Amino acid sequence: MVPVEYYLGLSIVLFSLGALGVLIRRNAIIIFMSVELMLNSANLTFVAFANQYQLISGQIFVFFVMAVAAAEVAVGLALIVAIFQTKQSIDVDQINLLKG
Amino acid sequence: MNLSNASASLNAILPLVVVILWACALLLVDLFITKERKGLTALLAAIGMLASLIITLARLDLEAVVFNGMVTVDGFSNFLTVLFLGSGIVAVALSYDYLKRMGLEKGEYYVLLLFTVSGMMLMAVASDLIVVFLALELLSIPLYVLAGIATPRLDSEESSLKYFLLGSFSTGIVVYGIALVFGATGTTSLAGIVDAITAGSAGMGLLVAGAAMLLIGLGFKVALVPFHMWTPDVYQGAPSSVTAFMAIGAKAAGFAAILRIFIQAFPALSVDLTPVLWVLAALTMILGNVVAIAQRNIKRLLAYSSIANAGYILLALVPYGQSDVAADSVASALFYLLAYAFTSFTAWSVVIALEQVEGKGLELEDYAGLSRRYPILALTMTVAMLSFTGVPPTLGFLGKFYVFRTLLEGGFPGLAVIGVVTSLISAYYYLRVVVYMYMREGEPQAIRDPWLYIAATASAICLVVLGIFSQPLFAWASQAMLH
Repeated sequence: MVPVEYYLGLSIVLFSLGALGVLIRRNAIIIFMSVELMLNSANLTFVAFANQYQLISGQIFVFFVMAVAAAEVAVGLALIVAIFQTKQSIDVDQINLLKG
Repeated sequence: MNLSNASASLNAILPLVVVILWACALLLVDLFITKERKGLTALLAAIGMLASLIITLARLDLEAVVFNGMVTVDGFSNFLTVLFLGSGIVAVALSYDYLKRMGLEKGEYYVLLLFTVSGMMLMAVASDLIVVFLALELLSIPLYVLAGIATPRLDSEESSLKYFLLGSFSTGIVVYGIALVFGATGTTSLAGIVDAITAGSAGMGLLVAGAAMLLIGLGFKVALVPFHMWTPDVYQGAPSSVTAFMAIGAKAAGFAAILRIFIQAFPALSVDLTPVLWVLAALTMILGNVVAIAQRNIKRLLAYSSIANAGYILLALVPYGQSDVAADSVASALFYLLAYAFTSFTAWSVVIALEQVEGKGLELEDYAGLSRRYPILALTMTVAMLSFTGVPPTLGFLGKFYVFRTLLEGGFPGLAVIGVVTSLISAYYYLRVVVYMYMREGEPQAIRDPWLYIAATASAICLVVLGIFSQPLFAWASQAMLH
């Protein structure tokens, strides 16, 4: 059996990649994909520990996260489409009307 | 779980069930309400929240642990439920005329408001991290849409996108934090976490990492420095009625989660977390108040003020690990949230009264001479500014007083000094608004909408009257959290 530390290590790598993506990338859709990567790294952690402790609740949590992430995608993509229609761009550096 | 158990559980969260069912029903009913009569939707939404509020008030001393320990109804949750429903109702009163003026009359606005309120109410009763996560999303996702409801206005869309990206980023951090806590303890229930810690079976390294990520994620939601950078942009771009609600409801819900999670589940980690909270609170108060001085736009000014206020609320949490202070910690944080809610609503209703189409009427100069033409508005704004500053006998003064007292009880005089000094700094920009209203010449424009005036004057009167008779209110806030 693969030890749980390996899963944890992989999830930390995935989470860091996701967080870096959010902070570095400028395209709204890619930022959004990076957020999904963060959520999935958390899911991996849940499944790994659920397997280690032989607890079903950790696996159930993954379904909660997936369902809520789907709701978030629906709202997020609608927002991105709306802003693209107005602005003809989804580059977050160009979306800079508000500052001060 | 058998059937009688389920009905007992549902009965315990009846106010929440009412709001959710009412929101679903209103979504359908709204289809049959013509565009000219959207006031009816507003009225129905307010009635739904009022019904829920009456149920809550009728059984204020209800205490129950239901849904297999996932939901806890206690004095803490009842207090916050009343606060959330009250803010929801005031938000409807502020929205109705504003939406009509801005050409934003959409029925789904009120439905989304109801869903957000239900998420906040769920947050108040959540005693399992899964429920905390669900509540966080239930309150955030409708708020993302509400912030962008003025589409195709670009500032509203931009505010919505920024709120969405930063909000989902923080959700990702919260979920990862929960996963680490689950990995450390093998459970997500707050009581189970405490059991695992006392039994010594918890992996402390993972647990501290998880708690820190929860703090970061929720810190985004309540706008603690350095996780605050979205706040001014989002508050400025969103429609003012949404901003008012966001500034109060979302912040209170975030603090509800922070208070319950840290005080119930993580008192054992206070050695590691208290210094972090100390630094976060100090940074938040200093940066919020200092940057606010430079603001000329009233919405941005209030946004920085809301950041600073998050710092003052966090002060109450700093000594949370000392078991004899924890009860005062909760009580003073709740009391401060209530004072902040009243003060903010007073200020925001004046902002909404002065706002014109296309974002005009939001600069400090537009408030010049307000006392001549609109003495009532000027007076209510003055009361709000005094309460934000913390001048007696307003509620804002008492809120700060109780928070500082808790800090001194916990033995953090240094932080209390920072709090007092930053309050003095804040007097500069709050009172500048008053100076503009009373001592500068100008031709301000404001609307005369009865609901708005009722909301503004009623909350201003409450600020003073409740400030004078604050004892019962504080006693109510002191009703303990169930352990």
